[in-house]
Amino acid sequence: MTSEDQLVATGGRDNLTRRSFLRGSLGAAGGAAALAAAMSPLRHMDTEDFTVEKFLQKHYKEMSPSDMEAVLERIRGEVEKRYAIRPELRDIKANDGVEFAYALHLGRCIGCRRCVHACVAENNTSRSPEIQYIRVLEMPKGSIDLEQGRHDYDRPKVPDPDHYYMPIQCHQCANPPCVKVCPVEATWQEQDGLVVIDYDWCIGCRYCEAACPYWARRFNFAEPQVPRENINPNMAYLSNRPRKQGVMEKCHFCIQRTREGRMPACLEVCPVGARKFGNILDPESEVSQILNNKHVFVLKEEVGTLPRFFYYFDEDYPRSESLVSLPVISGGGHA
Amino acid sequence: MKMYLRFLWRCFRLSFVGDWRYYAWMLLLSVIVLLGLNAYAKQLVYGLVTTGMTDQVSWGLYIANFTYLVGMAAAAVMVVIPVYIYGRRELHDLVIFGELFAVVAIIMCLLFVQVDLGRPDRFMHMLWRFNFPVSMLTWDVIALGGYLLLNLHICGYLIYCAYRGVHPSRRFYIPFVFIAIAWAISIHTVTAFLFVGLGGRPFWNAAIIAPRFLASAFAAGPAFIILTLQVIRRYAGYHVGDDALKLLRNIVTIALTVNMFLLICELFTEFYADSAHIVSIKYLFFGLHGHYGLVPWIWTATVLNSIALFILYLPFRRSLRFMNIACVCMIVGIWIEKGMGLVVPAFIPSPLGELVEYQPTLNETLVCLGIWAFGLLLYTIFVRISVPVLTGRVTADDASESHSVPR
Ligand code: SF4
Ligand code: SF4
Repeated sequence: MTSEDQLVATGGRDNLTRRSFLRGSLGAAGGAAALAAAMSPLRHMDTEDFTVEKFLQKHYKEMSPSDMEAVLERIRGEVEKRYAIRPELRDIKANDGVEFAYALHLGRCIGCRRCVHACVAENNTSRSPEIQYIRVLEMPKGSIDLEQGRHDYDRPKVPDPDHYYMPIQCHQCANPPCVKVCPVEATWQEQDGLVVIDYDWCIGCRYCEAACPYWARRFNFAEPQVPRENINPNMAYLSNRPRKQGVMEKCHFCIQRTREGRMPACLEVCPVGARKFGNILDPESEVSQILNNKHVFVLKEEVGTLPRFFYYFDEDYPRSESLVSLPVISGGGHA
Repeated sequence: MKMYLRFLWRCFRLSFVGDWRYYAWMLLLSVIVLLGLNAYAKQLVYGLVTTGMTDQVSWGLYIANFTYLVGMAAAAVMVVIPVYIYGRRELHDLVIFGELFAVVAIIMCLLFVQVDLGRPDRFMHMLWRFNFPVSMLTWDVIALGGYLLLNLHICGYLIYCAYRGVHPSRRFYIPFVFIAIAWAISIHTVTAFLFVGLGGRPFWNAAIIAPRFLASAFAAGPAFIILTLQVIRRYAGYHVGDDALKLLRNIVTIALTVNMFLLICELFTEFYADSAHIVSIKYLFFGLHGHYGLVPWIWTATVLNSIALFILYLPFRRSLRFMNIACVCMIVGIWIEKGMGLVVPAFIPSPLGELVEYQPTLNETLVCLGIWAFGLLLYTIFVRISVPVLTGRVTADDASESHSVPR
């Protein structure tokens, strides 16, 4: 307060106004210059990602077919511009009467990581920084404690006789905690059980990543880089179209293939046939048979996520048909 | 209306007037704010790689600071409760400083959430498709927003009344004060639930988190207010009685004691039972498989908190100097405990058992400092405005006589 008193004492109003005006404008000019300097890195911003059109884009579930077509066309243009290739991009909806499940034969998996790389190629995930949806753990025999697993095993020859191998990817939980926590409904479960993300809606808060008990989600901490020649042009809106910096992504059981009757890329590449995929609502399908006749288990059953991804070892065992029924993972979701 | 606009204008002018210490302080803060802004601009361009966060440890300093500040904001009501519930009228004016502090803390919280987002440009998606009531984060947004409005209303109203020289009408603020008290507990609890609700993270998924949250906030918040009140008394020429400080000290003592007790409960449960849940806490306190990233942090926090507790129970706590030392220890100790100690270890090891440590980068640290400086800047301005108004040096009457000189 002392300075105010001084001001009052020393100057008449005119004097004060003039002086404070001068000081004020000097200060304002200096402040503005400093502010501009501080914000100067924004020059390097990729402004194309911040158009009015994108700003106004609706949530996936609110888009009409024509809205969707416009968005798809825009994305095709973007892909063409960036990767010099015209993508086969569409929005593929879930089929009625289908609920997908995956079963993985732990007795067969040899830990070659071919699935990891096939997934990267199929799904246009970033090569730098590296994003991979599948993680293969090398586990000591006799334990399913994940903390005993090795993530970075690097052997000239697999499999190692003292270990078994456990690939882990998104389990498409029927009770998915990741969906529950998302503040903006950017991720949800579809009718066929797949948990998907609208990359144009995600705000990048990473709450879902904290919630997932299987560490299935990956965040684009930087702008994803995929070499032009490696782009897979077969794309779907909810799956492998190119992503942007700052959004979440994860395994979606290859929507661009499986909803059109093909098998996921990781399954096709597996040299030992450890991976089985199919429609659990069809009792004749291979997965249904496996779930019915093998010792299957799910990871971290205690967290109550009800995965659609099952593990099993080999032996068939006799069971009385009347006592068992198919493991039911219903819920279907609110697509 | 015109009068109100003039009031705002005069507040604005007032915030540019002060002695050299005021200018130096504000200049220092402004420089830090600009550094932070610069760092944030870089983050916007290059993405969150500019931070130390990874897919394994996907929340870091930002969320840590956010968590801490929610607590600080809630703690402001600890100043309010004695005044209104126990009728300690003589402390009435302190309420304003407490609530202004809450306002600033909430604004900082919102900034910390904003800088943590990968796509801040899509923040308004929250409005279009609000995943309420399923997502706890939406609860938090409501709780924080509501708390901000409540406190803005209470302080704004009281200060404006003082400016006009009228007696505040109880109808217009007392009900809000009581709502704010309940609300303060809720912002806190909801923020705790944000973490507790995640079944896949055993370190968080424990009932003790919410009460510990409250206890530590009710220690650190009032401790901070004790320090600010002394600064205000010293430099802003506003009388704050020792009584107020003593009352706050008692609150802090109790809260810190409860916090330490809960810590012991937590440690006992975890380590004695020695269950699978223990890995994260083991990593936090003792390190795991040769990774010791958080060990020095947490022991610093524990030692600081113990020192504070020790001082508060000894007779020389009556000396202001020792009390201040205790307050500083506690503010820092609880910051570490709630920030690095609560947020980060839940990610280590990852759900698949991978040990990836977290080390904040310089850029990330600058952004944090920038937000803190911005908060202090705001608080300084708020205090700068409210002190002359409350003491009657700036009133509506003198506005007509002189436009430029606050008296
Ligand atoms: S595995 Fe993780 S990401 Fe996939 S559905 Fe379950 S919780 Fe969500
Ligand atoms: S990161 Fe995206 S998908 Fe995940 S919770 Fe946040 S907004 Fe939802």
